Amino acid sequence: MSPDTGESTSSPLLVLDDIAKSFGAVAALRGVRLALHSGEAHALVGENGAGKSTLVKILAGAHAPDSGRMTLDGKPLLLRGPADARAAGIAVIYQEPTLFPDLSVAENIFMGRQPLRSLRRVDTRAMNRAAEQLFARLGVRIDPARPARGLSIADQQLVEIAKALSFDARVLVMDEPTAALSGVEVDRLFGVARSLCERGAAVLFISHRFDEVFALCQRLTVLRDGAWVSSGRTADLSVDEVVRRMVGRDVDSLFPKQEAVLRDTLLEVRGLTRAGVFSDVTFSVRGGEIVALAGLVGAGRSEVARAVFGVDRYDAGEVLVAGRALPPGNPGRAIAAGLALVPEDRRQQGLVMELSVERNATLARRAALARLGLLFGGAERAEARRWTRRLRVKTSRLTAAVGTLSGGNQQKVVLAKWLATHPRVLIIDEPTRGIDVGTKSEVHRLLSELAGEGMAILMISSELPEVLGMADRVLVMHEGRLVRELSRDEADETSVMLAATGQGAIA
Amino acid sequence: MSLSDTGVAERSTGAPSAGAGRSGRGLTERLLAVRELSLLLALGALVLVTTLRNDRFLSGQSVKDLLLGCAILVILAVGQTLVIVTRNVDLSVGSILGLVAFATGELFLAAPGTPWPVALVTGVALGAVCGAVNGGLIAVARVPALVITLGTLYAFRGVDYYWAAGQQINAADMPRSFLRLGNQTVLGVPVLFLVALVVVAVAGYYLRSYRSGRELYAIGSEPAAARLSGIPVGRRVLAVFVASGALAGLAGVLYAARFGTLDAAAGTGLELQVVAAAVVGGVAIFGGSGSVYGAALGAVLLTMIGSSLAVLRIDPFWQQAVVGALILAAIGLDRLLALRMAARLRGRSAHGA
Repeated sequence: MSPDTGESTSSPLLVLDDIAKSFGAVAALRGVRLALHSGEAHALVGENGAGKSTLVKILAGAHAPDSGRMTLDGKPLLLRGPADARAAGIAVIYQEPTLFPDLSVAENIFMGRQPLRSLRRVDTRAMNRAAEQLFARLGVRIDPARPARGLSIADQQLVEIAKALSFDARVLVMDEPTAALSGVEVDRLFGVARSLCERGAAVLFISHRFDEVFALCQRLTVLRDGAWVSSGRTADLSVDEVVRRMVGRDVDSLFPKQEAVLRDTLLEVRGLTRAGVFSDVTFSVRGGEIVALAGLVGAGRSEVARAVFGVDRYDAGEVLVAGRALPPGNPGRAIAAGLALVPEDRRQQGLVMELSVERNATLARRAALARLGLLFGGAERAEARRWTRRLRVKTSRLTAAVGTLSGGNQQKVVLAKWLATHPRVLIIDEPTRGIDVGTKSEVHRLLSELAGEGMAILMISSELPEVLGMADRVLVMHEGRLVRELSRDEADETSVMLAATGQGAIA
Repeated sequence: MSLSDTGVAERSTGAPSAGAGRSGRGLTERLLAVRELSLLLALGALVLVTTLRNDRFLSGQSVKDLLLGCAILVILAVGQTLVIVTRNVDLSVGSILGLVAFATGELFLAAPGTPWPVALVTGVALGAVCGAVNGGLIAVARVPALVITLGTLYAFRGVDYYWAAGQQINAADMPRSFLRLGNQTVLGVPVLFLVALVVVAVAGYYLRSYRSGRELYAIGSEPAAARLSGIPVGRRVLAVFVASGALAGLAGVLYAARFGTLDAAAGTGLELQVVAAAVVGGVAIFGGSGSVYGAALGAVLLTMIGSSLAVLRIDPFWQQAVVGALILAAIGLDRLLALRMAARLRGRSAHGA
C-alpha cells in the first residue's frame, strides 16, 4: 500500500514507513507513515498525545524509532543523533525554544556551524552579518550580538526559525511554531516557508490552528493515539472531516460514566471574573455529577479552576461550596471546605519527583497524620497503601521515587494524594494527558466511581472523546467566557468544537 | 555571550588579539567586561593600600615572589574554568597535583639522568590519565561530576599516600636543571609565571575562537539544547576533564620543580582555592559564562591577598575570612549585574521585535 493516498505529482523526498516507537510499556507510535514531497507543505494534525511530537523527535534524530524505515531521496536514512539529521538537511523548530541563554543570538543560530576564517577560527563578524541577513529575510530586528537571555518568547521562536533557515534545510519541520507569534509574524513565517518550498524544500507543519493548516499546507496527515489515520490533499478535506478523523472512535465504549443519582449542589460559581483572563463565569456542579469544562488551549479553563481553588485571586464573583461562600485566594480554606485540585502539570505542580510514592501520596495529609508534629512512617505507609491499592498504582514498592513511575501511574499518585483528603468537590485538570490508553480508562473508571459515591467532579479536558464520554454536562469556554452549556445528549464533536472555536455559540 | 569576547581581557593579560578592529561592541560585552575591570581595580587597590603601609611590597623581589606564588594556582584555575564552563566541577585537581608531583620526584629517584622535558611530558600525561578516569567515570556512571571528583579526590590522594609510604623526596634527589626551572627568571619574570601566561593565553584563545571552545559554553548554558543541536556533549565533557587533569599534572611537575621537597600531602586542599579563584574571577558556577582571564585574575588576587595580609601584619586567620568575603562579594556582584542586564535587555527586546 502506498504511504500516500493523495495523487502524487512527484516521488516523495522524505518517506517514513511503518514507524513504531515505545517508551517503556507505552506505545507512542505504531505503524506511522508519512511522505513529504519537495516543494510542498505537509500538515500533521492530531489530538494531544497523538504522537506528533514523538514523530518530530524521530525526524530530528533525538529519538531512534524501534522499527520502520526512513528514506531520503529514495536512499535509506539512518539518524543516530541530531547531528545526523542536520547533516541530512533536516531542520527542526521545536515547540519549546531550545536556546543557550548565555550565548549571543548569532551563536545560538550557528552553534557548531559558525563561519570560519584562517586557522579554523570562528569568524564572529561574518557570523553576526549572516544572522542579520537571516533576520532581514524574516523581517524582524534582533541584535545578533545580544545574549539570548531575556528574549521574549516570540523573539526566541524567531531565533529558532532563523536557525532552521540558516541550514538551507531540505526538510523543515515546524512543531507548533506559531503559538507565541503575532499575526504579522505568522504571515512572515509562512512567506518564508513558501519561499523554501519554491526552492524545492519540503515542510512539515504541526499546528492546532486549522486556518493556518489550510492556508499553508497542500497535504495533511492525521494521527490518532500514535497511529496513522489518513493522508491526503487538504483541498479535498474540510475542517469537519479532519476533526472527525482526529477524534473518530467509539466514544461510549471507551469512557464509561455510570449513571449516578444527582444530589445537592456542592460547588457553585457565580459571576467569577478576573480582568483580562475570564469574565462572568457562572456554573454549578452537583454531587454525583461530572461536569466537563471544554475549550481550546488558552480559553481560560485552568485559570478558572485555579481561581475557584484559591490559588489565583479574582476580581469579582463568588465561590460557594455546599452553600457556604469560600474566601478568595485561600487554598488552605478551600481544602478544609472539601475542595481538591489535581493540576494539569503533574511534574511541576502535583508531585515531588524525588520523593517516594508514599510520601507523595500523603503529602496533602501531613497535618492530619502527624502526632505532636512528627510524622511516623507507619501511619503514612498505611494511608498510602490504602489509596495506591484502590487506584491500582503499579509500583515495585511504595518507597520508590515517583519519578521512576510511568506517566499514568504518576497521575494516579497525584489523584491518591488528593483523594486522601476526602474531598467533596474534585477539580481535575487534564486527568489523562500524556498517559496510555489502558491507564486512561482506569482513571475514567475511578472518576465515575467517585461520582457514584456522591463526589462533585469538575473535569477540564482538551480531549473531546473524554469530554463526551465522561461528562453529564459540558460547559464550553471560548476566550475567557462560558459560551455554551450542553447536556449529555446535546454534546457531540461538532457542537463542542463549534462552540469552542467561537462559532454558532448560544451564550 | 562572552567574557572571552571582551577586549579588556586582551589588554589585561596580553593574549593575542583576534578581534582587532571589531567595532561597535554591544552593551553586553561592555557590561561583561566589567568583571575583568573590577578585578583589576581590586588588585590595584590592594597593591596601593599595602604599598602605602610598606613600600617594600612593590620591590622587585616581592613582585617576583608574588608571580611565582600565583603561577600554579593560575594554571589550575584555567583547567577548572574549562570544566566549570560546561556545568561541571573538578575537585580532584589538588590530589592530581600531589600525585604527579610525587611521581616526578620518584621518576628522578629511579632514573637520575632523566632530562626535565621528559619528566614534564610524563607528568602531564599522568595528569591526563587521572582526568580521563574522572571523565570516564562521569560518562559511564552518569553521576554529577561533583560526586565523582569528590571520590577521586580521596582516591588519588590515597594512591599518593600508599606510594609514598611516609617517605619524603628532597631537592638533592632532583637534577639541578629541573630545579632551576622552578626558580629561574627571564628578564625578571619567573619562568613558572610565563608558563602560566602561555596556558591562559592558549586556553582563552581556544575558548573564544574555536567551534569546540564555543560548544563548551553551549553545553554549560543549556545541556539539553546542546544535545539537540548535535554537539557531542559526552565527548566534549570527557575532553574537558582530560584537559583539567593534564593541567593539574603540569602544575604538579612545576610544583616539584619549585619546592624540591615533596611528600604525599602536596597540594592538599588546593581544589577549593582553585574553585574560589574561578568564582571570584566571574566564572558562573552553573556554567555557560566566564573566562579564563577572569579566573586567572582571581587566582592572582587570592594569592596577593595572602602576601599582602602578611605584609600588613594581619593575623593569618583573617586571610580566610577575607577570601570568604571576596567570594560572597563576587557572587553578589554577579547577581546585581545579571539583574541589571536582564532589565536592560528586556527593554531592548521590546524595541527590537
